[in-house]
Amino acid sequence: MTRFFEPLLTSRYGIHESWKLANAEKAGAYRVAREALTARKPAELKEEVKKANLRGRGGAGFPAGVKWGFLNPQEGDQVYLVINADESEPGTFKDRSIMDLDPHRLLEGAIISCFAIDAHVAYIYVRGELAFSAARLEAAIAEAKQAGYLGQRPFGIEHPIDIHVHLGAGAYICGEETALLNSLEGRRGEPRLKPPFPAVKGVFGMPTIVNNVESIASVPDIIEMGGDAWASLSRLPGDGGVRIYGVSGHVKNPGLYEAPVGITMRELIEDYAGGMLRDRPLKAVIPGGSSTPLLDPRRKVHAPNPDHPLHQWDGMSEIDVPMGVDTYRALGTMLGTCCAIVMDDTVSMVEACRNLMRFYKHESCGQCTPCREGCGWLVDVLDNLCAGRGKHEDVDLLVNIANNMMGNTICAFADGTAMPMLGMVQKFREEFMDAALNGIPDSVRHDESVRSLVEVQA
Amino acid sequence: MAFALTPDREKQVDEILTRYPERRAALLPMLWLCQRQHGWISPEVIEYVAERLGLSTAAVKGVVTFYTMFFDEPVGENIIWVCRTLSCDLRGGKVIQEHLEQKLGCSAGQTSSDGKFTLLKAECLAACGQAPMVQINDRYYENLDVELLDRIIEAHLTKGAEAAAEEFATHATFRGPRKGASSAPPPPSKEAVRVASQPPPSARSSKGDES
Repeated sequence: MTRFFEPLLTSRYGIHESWKLANAEKAGAYRVAREALTARKPAELKEEVKKANLRGRGGAGFPAGVKWGFLNPQEGDQVYLVINADESEPGTFKDRSIMDLDPHRLLEGAIISCFAIDAHVAYIYVRGELAFSAARLEAAIAEAKQAGYLGQRPFGIEHPIDIHVHLGAGAYICGEETALLNSLEGRRGEPRLKPPFPAVKGVFGMPTIVNNVESIASVPDIIEMGGDAWASLSRLPGDGGVRIYGVSGHVKNPGLYEAPVGITMRELIEDYAGGMLRDRPLKAVIPGGSSTPLLDPRRKVHAPNPDHPLHQWDGMSEIDVPMGVDTYRALGTMLGTCCAIVMDDTVSMVEACRNLMRFYKHESCGQCTPCREGCGWLVDVLDNLCAGRGKHEDVDLLVNIANNMMGNTICAFADGTAMPMLGMVQKFREEFMDAALNGIPDSVRHDESVRSLVEVQA
Repeated sequence: MAFALTPDREKQVDEILTRYPERRAALLPMLWLCQRQHGWISPEVIEYVAERLGLSTAAVKGVVTFYTMFFDEPVGENIIWVCRTLSCDLRGGKVIQEHLEQKLGCSAGQTSSDGKFTLLKAECLAACGQAPMVQINDRYYENLDVELLDRIIEAHLTKGAEAAAEEFATHATFRGPRKGASSAPPPPSKEAVRVASQPPPSARSSKGDES
């Protein structure tokens, strides 16, 4: 337990101008790609990624190796790799650091992955706001091409690989993989019906693998260490390796931390992020982006049955359960992107909830009625609650709307809205009831037009 | 008045078209080129793009209106996006927005009377660990307080957007302990490696890439 953790993913972040090829290469960049492309077979590489138990880092936690296994290109098919850099889940800010500080790690991972899945073209879909990160990537691609790591004969082998950056234009929904594919094709970013899944029929009607930035950036380490060794860095079975944890909100040192999979939320907040801001008590924490139901430190794990996956942590606080895709699912939440939003006791849960629901209302693509109407309705009800215009029944109405959104739409956006909504009401019902009776004090409201309040203070 | 891209940008369009098997896929990149040149996506721009890619104007307009970052009306010289999603709001996003509204004399969604700034509310801009933050044009300005924000706005007015970005804009930062950095404090726990964090107030005026 007391070992100093050697960073892998972030090992080059501290190097002077780490985004330049010469500097990254001095620190080992492209060594693994050269070896993989010249001395290894694609099937071997795929096998290593499978053994690594790499759970997708974009939020859903699907095993990346299994996803790659769904590919079954037919005669004449061209396989595409699409890298999802549309990082926009509230609370999440890890992928930007990879693109800004170590773009060559992402490119190296993309080159190895393209070779492994027999793709010749990879698109990196970067959210429009991150134009600066996209420019860093473009510059890195130009350098890699110049060095002969990309293009017609990467590392001298007959497997042309091109990587293109595609800039989005501000739409959270484009992080959903089929919406992303539509956006990449020059359409509105509206999710597609599945099946067919992208691995069968993705971008331009061709088999496509869509992976998150951090997933792809992990590939060089997996190939270098071997899948089994990389997987064993994790503290949890079936959920391998190391990952980047983010912490934002009311902690002393918000930021990004690399650590093995399976540290606990308590460790993340207290040991890594330096504890709570102003040493106030922790009220709640949203574990992995706003779509994941929150954790309440007062609540205990109830798993008396020895067969329960969380039996080991029976009776302990929710925040003492190791952070893994499966453990968090068993806890009734999701690990998501592993970037936590920490809230102290000054936060009104009703107001926090309204803030997030406003986000979903803004970002719903409008394709499916339950989502388009539901998100707006939730905001209306919460607006009423916050303004003291609410009724007791409104709290049940919130639950009712959320329940009718779940599972009734093309993509998981509506579920991602309804789940945190339901979680908030479930865990902080008294607060919602209280708001329904009394509204919430002005001091905790985040209204837009409170200019007068500031003027009074000044 | 008809719109046309400059010959240089037209060449870029030709290159962009080679990246995709279908012409339509060049739509977003091409709209970006047009907006960079023209400031917003006017009806003339839509006609030009539709013609160039062989699409109907309705198809192009449908795409333009879907994405938050394409403007279908004229905007100010600089665009300020204030992040108001939860992580930023927990650390004062509201104060940042209100301060800007007062300073610029306009509400979110409006352009200042001198046409220098358009102030817009943004949903999560993926810089939560460095909250509160704003995006001005293409760049991020993080770990803000009111005083730093004032200096950033002044710099935009007096020195121009590029010089202001050079001085104040941030990228993802590394400020934590790392191997070989003897002056750095020990890691916060046995296995912790801090890779990005809020800089101390004294470092705020310096650029993000200094560690």
